[in-house]
Amino acid sequence: MAEPPFLEARDLGVEFTTRSGASARALDGVHLSVQRGEILAIVGESGSGKTTLARTLIGLQAPTSGEVLLEGAPLKYSMRGLRALRRRVQMVLQDAAGSLNPRQTVYESVAEGIRLHGLVDRSGEQRSEADLVAAALSEAGLRPPERLFLRYPHELSGGQKQRVLIAGALALRPELILADEPVSSLDASIRGEILALLLKLRQDLGMGVVVVTHDLGLAWNIADRIAVMYLGRVVECGTTEEVLGKPRHPYTKALLSVVPEIDYLAPVVLTGEIPDPSKIPGGCRFHPRCPQLANGEADAAGVADDCRTVALPVLPADGNHRVACHLDAANEPMRAQRARE
Amino acid sequence: MTETQSQAPGHVLDLRDLTVTYRTSEGVLPAVRGVDLTVSPGEVVGLAGESGCGKSTLVSTVLRLQPASAQVAGEVLVLGQDVQTISWGKLRAVRWAGASIVFQGALHSLNPVQRVGKQIAEPIWVHEPDLSKEVVEQRVEELLEQVGMAPSRKRSYPHQLSGGQRQRVMIAMALACKPQLIVADEPTTALDVMVQAQILDLMKDLVRELGVGLLIISHDLSVLADICDRVAVMYAGRIVESGAADQVFSDPLHPYTKALSGAFPRIGDPAARYAPAGLKGDPPDPRHLPPGCSFAPRCPLAIDECSAAEPPLVEVAPGRPVACIRAGEHG
Repeated sequence: MAEPPFLEARDLGVEFTTRSGASARALDGVHLSVQRGEILAIVGESGSGKTTLARTLIGLQAPTSGEVLLEGAPLKYSMRGLRALRRRVQMVLQDAAGSLNPRQTVYESVAEGIRLHGLVDRSGEQRSEADLVAAALSEAGLRPPERLFLRYPHELSGGQKQRVLIAGALALRPELILADEPVSSLDASIRGEILALLLKLRQDLGMGVVVVTHDLGLAWNIADRIAVMYLGRVVECGTTEEVLGKPRHPYTKALLSVVPEIDYLAPVVLTGEIPDPSKIPGGCRFHPRCPQLANGEADAAGVADDCRTVALPVLPADGNHRVACHLDAANEPMRAQRARE
Repeated sequence: MTETQSQAPGHVLDLRDLTVTYRTSEGVLPAVRGVDLTVSPGEVVGLAGESGCGKSTLVSTVLRLQPASAQVAGEVLVLGQDVQTISWGKLRAVRWAGASIVFQGALHSLNPVQRVGKQIAEPIWVHEPDLSKEVVEQRVEELLEQVGMAPSRKRSYPHQLSGGQRQRVMIAMALACKPQLIVADEPTTALDVMVQAQILDLMKDLVRELGVGLLIISHDLSVLADICDRVAVMYAGRIVESGAADQVFSDPLHPYTKALSGAFPRIGDPAARYAPAGLKGDPPDPRHLPPGCSFAPRCPLAIDECSAAEPPLVEVAPGRPVACIRAGEHG
């Protein structure tokens, strides 16, 4: 059998009970795999479950069903198991400004992880804590690092704060970084530099990145593969070229069409917002907002009833371009024929 | 309509050589440095720039909302009146009814313990205290419908609404007293792409239906290019380039505009794969502006001359003023 993926989610489900007693399925069956050194983008709107997925992957949230596997071994939710995971997988939280302790210097923020994991004693080459902090800061593009040691977060620009957070994650020499909206709160001109940094870390250190975002342009800039989420499920996945170049799910198509830079697709502005996860619609979960069901395309293909009543299977994470859509499945023979011609 | 036109010929907003300076404990901070900008009725004008470039300060002067530590020079003409010098009584009449502002961050701009209907009604009561309760209620319902929400939503509290709905409430409030100028500060930041598209569509429709002038501030040039007629780009307190929105976005002449327009890649463009475009460094601290062109330290085209003197805003092509001595060159 082939080598297992570095990090894998198998049929992951997370269910929350709301105060009124209703249960909300934030994740409703997700297969996902991340290979070593791969950059994967999880895209979707707020409420799609993308942040819950990231939190579950790093053990901040225990799944209510399914499992997370690290190199093929199921994740253990003991202190020890989680520590071992977090040594290898680090998360960079959304909102750099809010994630740094305002009363801690840059040095303290970055050194915290090193101390928690006892990295100074274990490294045989006698590198001091200050060396490790300096190395992490300069890898994150903050040079010379010593100049920043005693600065407080309020003295830093937005881009610098984001780099300090990344340095804090890098200090542990993780093999994978989970970044939740790494550039959404940054100015346009800073954004490119941070994304270039993520690419450089992969190139220089072989580090994989899972980036959670609603920004399709970001995915096009750096991701190898994309998983599009809607209401707790992956509805389309594949390589970036496949998903953004030849989108097949109506939701992906709509998301792409409203990106302001895209003028080759007529904008399909979906009405309303993602439904409440405690009221997941029956049939295809996207059907109440689906433009292709509304305009009769699904009807013409004879799948309209399926859209409304037949639930779709969970997409496998086998690396192929996969789409959870009845209409797409109905069009499959046609597409295959066109491919043959 | 004819009455209002005679009152404000031409522009609903006319900024003339606007300069705003803050006095701080660490010295003088020039936030806005000589900005000229106009908005006509029915026109959508965009102002692009990053945090710290002075765009929010500029917005605050439109209704004289700037803090007391700010010194304002130049003129801010709203419907022909200089709001910086008119009496408080006249200023109150301009606020909401002449011009209104949709502030950044709908999440924090709404009162969390008051129903949104009451908040929308508030400016109406201030301006027309003699109206009956029923008339105001009806007006609130109409406004909610106008921004695409169910009238029954007036009984909701802000926390019961999604981000997009809250932004719609902010827009309804801005429309409440039928202003002729609306200023929207980052109206879609922090909203999802789909909701952003909904809000932009709504604003486009409202401008077309009501013939108001709209000034939109954003750091995302692609959003502005999509909705605006004209766009001005601001850097370190000055306008460095302006022109027709699609031209500025697709054919930027200032190197800074070029960087902004390239920051959000064109999906499908193979050149952008694994090649995010960005600028080195951070925007300058307004207290310590670099000599000459303030963009020079980050500029890929900078030469020695750039640091000698601040380049004036000159028209390099018809309708395309640019403040750069190497405007239009490629590097």
